[in-house]
Amino acid sequence: MNAMVAAEAVPRVAPPADDDLDRLLLIRHFESALLRLFGEGLISGTTHTCLGQEYVPVALEPLLRPDDHTLSNHRGHGHFLARHPGEAGGLLAEIMGREGALCHGVGGSQHVYHRTFLSTGVQGESLPVAAGIALRLRAAGDGRLVCVYIGDGTLGEGSVYEALNMAALWDLPLLVVVENNGIAQSTPTARQLAGTVAGRAAAFGVPYRRVESTDPAEIRAALAAPVAAVRETPFPLIVEFITHRLGPHSKGDDTRGPEELAAARAHDWYGRYAEAIPERFAAADALWRRRVADLVAEVSARPLARWEAS
Amino acid sequence: MTVTPATPATPATPATPATPAERVAEHLNRALHDLMDAHPDLHLLGEDITDPYGGAFKITKGLSSRFGDRVRSTPLSESAIVGAGAGLALAGGQAIVEIMFADFAALAFDQLLNFAAKSVSMYGRPVPVPLVVRCPSGGHRGYGPTHSQSPQKHFIGVPGLAVLELSPFHDARALLDHALATRRPSVLFEDKVLYTRRMFHHGVVDELFRFEPPAGPAGVARVHLDGVEEYDCTIIAPGGLAHRAVEAMRTLLMEHEVLCELLVPARLYPFDLDGLPPRGRHVCVAEDGTAGGTWGAEVAARLYPGLWGRLTRPITLVSAADSIIPAAPHLEREVLVDAPAIVRAVLGAAA
Ligand SMILES: Cc1ncc(C[n+]2csc(CCOP(=O)(O)OP(=O)(O)O)c2C)c(N)n1
Repeated sequence: MNAMVAAEAVPRVAPPADDDLDRLLLIRHFESALLRLFGEGLISGTTHTCLGQEYVPVALEPLLRPDDHTLSNHRGHGHFLARHPGEAGGLLAEIMGREGALCHGVGGSQHVYHRTFLSTGVQGESLPVAAGIALRLRAAGDGRLVCVYIGDGTLGEGSVYEALNMAALWDLPLLVVVENNGIAQSTPTARQLAGTVAGRAAAFGVPYRRVESTDPAEIRAALAAPVAAVRETPFPLIVEFITHRLGPHSKGDDTRGPEELAAARAHDWYGRYAEAIPERFAAADALWRRRVADLVAEVSARPLARWEAS
Repeated sequence: MTVTPATPATPATPATPATPAERVAEHLNRALHDLMDAHPDLHLLGEDITDPYGGAFKITKGLSSRFGDRVRSTPLSESAIVGAGAGLALAGGQAIVEIMFADFAALAFDQLLNFAAKSVSMYGRPVPVPLVVRCPSGGHRGYGPTHSQSPQKHFIGVPGLAVLELSPFHDARALLDHALATRRPSVLFEDKVLYTRRMFHHGVVDELFRFEPPAGPAGVARVHLDGVEEYDCTIIAPGGLAHRAVEAMRTLLMEHEVLCELLVPARLYPFDLDGLPPRGRHVCVAEDGTAGGTWGAEVAARLYPGLWGRLTRPITLVSAADSIIPAAPHLEREVLVDAPAIVRAVLGAAA
């Protein structure tokens, strides 16, 4: 336990696989477009981008089976796009309330249920639900698991612990991914989380892995065996990603100072890849920028979503 | 419809006041500053409420800078912070707890229903629990199904628990002071859309309508036409609906010659009209919550005995659709209450 993926002071940048780079850039440009659309008043409501954290679901993707369940939260676009990059249009339509929306425009950014992907906007609610799904998968006995994403702030909710307790008691195939980005809305982790995530895992006798790397291949190498064990044993696993939120909590509500923001940006894969593989990156970046722009144009032109209230 | 003598389009003085009234958010923020200043035993708890953030809706801005750790940003723990508020109150202090979105007050329901509201009486003697749980509520912002609800109705009918609603006619400082002074817990709903609107002052709503402030801090404000004593309809609505109700009243008057007055209570439960009998021949109760098991039904049940024989038709209830609240604005509009819905309800009842 407590195994740690190596974190060097100056990380060596390994060139990403094509698939990884494609997914990373899709998510980055998708969410950058969302912030633009909000700025232009073309989307209303709210949105939470995972800028800087895209690599987390991208790294996990090959470790998951298509029929595994994913439970996501308010910051879920990346979780969805890493699983279903081909359905970016459906997600965008959901957020824009246009035809072809994944959930008819009813759920919006935070409430998506599509195939085995489900998100909800109430923090902490998902873990008990994930435990229930995992109980069902366990009964099926075919090696599927439930991957549930939560932020560090969500560890404040009591239901998280009620669910962890059951997951451990009942040997559930539950992979809990804690995206510890050091902040919850405006509150630094140190002011809302006592003790450690590792300590909390230990309290339930649940295996724990801490990931500091942002390199998908490195992350997979460290997590392949423990994730396989979640399916095979089955038993829960908590993986804590030490990550960084580049953008505001939602829109224009960042009260962090310039140094803090600079520190977050220093961890961004985007700049690192741009430097490490300039030509390949520039080409891929331009490609995804254009694809997302085309997608935005296409979805914006669709008629409004229709929904018959049940 | 009959139009009674006075000519409402040309109201008497007062003239429009020179300075615009405060915005509701500023008003509430100032009320909290004054209260914290006046009561050294008052504590404020809530997620992200300290400076520089000052709360998701900025209602608590400046308070932590001024009052230190009497104002605490908490972990995401709605149940525990309401419980802690009850504990502060039980131990001789007073507490105001902010729930970031009213939808999440559901997480604290046990603490409210089974502890705070019961503790005032279940130990066989009165136990003071001066606690107010503030809940920004309501839709019209495209936040989707779990960030847009008006869950007032789920909190009514709990013995020992008062349900209050912020209003542009009621002084927030007086209302909060009153709530704490009852030494019982209350939940205060605050329509998010109200925050950016202005308070009404000097008895003037607009060039058509005037208002009488409530007699007491949690009393009923009455919006009326100058000199008009008899109305076709009395609309009763909580503060969050006030602007939409007034808009409906304007349309009803100008386009349909239907005379309406509006009663806005700050205390939704327990409900009473504060000695202000409805002057309309018809009564319409409007609320933002969903249809079924509504606050309006409770109000109607309370009013019928007194109005029986005087009403020309049954009390009309207006509420949001019996539905979740969709995220997409065009779908959200279909389920929420707007001014035209109130107009339709009043006209429909009269038809
Ligand atoms: C029960 C509940 N309380 C509060 C909120 C409002 N809220 C949404 S996200 C958030 C912060 C979550 O922080 P964290 O879990 O660390 O995730 P991050 O936003 O950093 O990704 C808060 C307070 C909510 N959605 N649900």
